[in-house]
Amino acid sequence: MSLPEGLAANAAAISLLILAAAMLLAFARVVLGPTLPDRVIALDLLTSCAAAFMVAYSVRSGNPVFMDVAIVIALVAFLATVGFARYVAKRAEQER
Amino acid sequence: MKEILAAILMLLGSALALIASIGVIRMPDMFSRMQASSKAGTLGIGLAAAGAAVFFHAVPVTSRALLIIVFFLLTAPVAAHIIARSAYLMRVPMWEGTLMDEWRGRLTEDKTEPSGSDPAS
Repeated sequence: MSLPEGLAANAAAISLLILAAAMLLAFARVVLGPTLPDRVIALDLLTSCAAAFMVAYSVRSGNPVFMDVAIVIALVAFLATVGFARYVAKRAEQER
Repeated sequence: MKEILAAILMLLGSALALIASIGVIRMPDMFSRMQASSKAGTLGIGLAAAGAAVFFHAVPVTSRALLIIVFFLLTAPVAAHIIARSAYLMRVPMWEGTLMDEWRGRLTEDKTEPSGSDPAS
């Protein structure tokens, strides 16, 4: 497989690096986060960074199939966030 | 021209995602972290998808990019609202510089009335 050359492909490679740094910072908040909702929002940001990562990778590899992966990651991210939020709310009810 | 526009859109999008992560690290309490992550993260992935649509310049990719953008615009506010609401119900502490809390008092009033015999709260 030959990688496409050009300005946009190089910019996609740079934005892959930037997104990797963003995912590292979000993961640091997952580890540090003092409360459970902190970890949930950091995981939400982590999955949206993963979707952006797949979009940038589809430009980098010149293969538009990876856009479907980004769509699936977006769907799963929303469901996971809603599920975590319901769990947090239920635990808040129990603790009271 | 197409390449330049796609490069600018993708770099802007990933920079916004990085700004969202910096906000999630640096902000003082959970609620401000939530708004940093939801707003800047949504705009970041929207710009990245628009850059991919400009780069491929084909109908299938553009429709998928539009789907991603519309889906994130629809779901990110809902997710942020649900998380903030359940965090408030969990009594996550706010930053000491918080100026306004319109639910203060109402929540305890609502909750202690049905379960008034609960001595723990």
